[in-house]
Amino acid sequence: MRDFKGRSALAMGLSFVLAVIAGTSAIMATASGATPAPPAGDATRGAQVYEDNCTGCHSLDANRVGPAHRGVFGRKAGSAPGFAYSPALKKAKFAWDAARLDKWLTNPQGFVPGAKMGFRLSDAQKRADVIAYLKKESGK
Amino acid sequence: MDQFTPTRRSILGTTGGAMLSAAAIGVLGGVSTSAFAQGKKKSASQGDVDILNVALGLEHEAIAAYSIGAGSGLLAKPVLDAAVIFQGHHKGHRDALIKAITDMGGKPVAAKTDAEYAAALNVAATVKSQNDVLKLAQKLEKGAANAYIGVIPSFSNNDLRQISARLAADEASHWATLSFVLGEAPPAAPLIFG
Repeated sequence: MRDFKGRSALAMGLSFVLAVIAGTSAIMATASGATPAPPAGDATRGAQVYEDNCTGCHSLDANRVGPAHRGVFGRKAGSAPGFAYSPALKKAKFAWDAARLDKWLTNPQGFVPGAKMGFRLSDAQKRADVIAYLKKESGK
Repeated sequence: MDQFTPTRRSILGTTGGAMLSAAAIGVLGGVSTSAFAQGKKKSASQGDVDILNVALGLEHEAIAAYSIGAGSGLLAKPVLDAAVIFQGHHKGHRDALIKAITDMGGKPVAAKTDAEYAAALNVAATVKSQNDVLKLAQKLEKGAANAYIGVIPSFSNNDLRQISARLAADEASHWATLSFVLGEAPPAAPLIFG
């Protein structure tokens, strides 16, 4: 009985120490500016997110208020044929990947100052899902 | 015919006459424009003008979509009346946005032709019935509501954020009416938009 109590107390103490270490690590990660890894995306859920949040301005295969999206994953920014981009996006020198799309959808005018789009998708899971959908629809 | 049909027709029929007046649209435009002007005074930025211009493009497209639907010959009278009312709201939004963008020193984006909008929306291949027209309008209204909600945090001042919320509410109201006319049950989950 005494051994059990002793082991129990030891386990509780160890758990407390581990929790303190974990908490300290989280605080240090935040303080150092490290951002948590984005959640895994699901293209099926992303199709619905796209339908609900993106199709007011975008389609996969036609330029509307915003450019056509099929092929956007891996495409150079500001290069969808026939779409009138802002000078800022035309000058951008990167291709769209998951990390950049995540930053763009988080705050487009913060990521590319001078961009026309102001729409923000604040939910990280929804961003991950719609990025997975765009990747799939881009054949990547 | 389902159990909702008479009620839906009743709603569309009675709201048609009451809400079609140009005066009502004028009031909406006037309020919005005044609020936009307030927004301008409180450090509106080029980013704000750019967002308003994207919104204007969205309103141009919505007006064209309702014109295409109304001109399709597919809509029964009460539904056609409702489409004209909703188009009137979008015209009110457009006029307020054009004035605001101009007042803020921007250049309002021009509308494309209805034929260009029809092609971009793939109307010829997808719209064959009244139900198709309503589904297209429903989809565009939900997209517009979510677009207005999604730009709220990007505006530089609270007046513009509030206007964006008001515009989103108009689009959500259109979406709810269209959903009802289509006989769709209200979504079970809360936070329908955004």
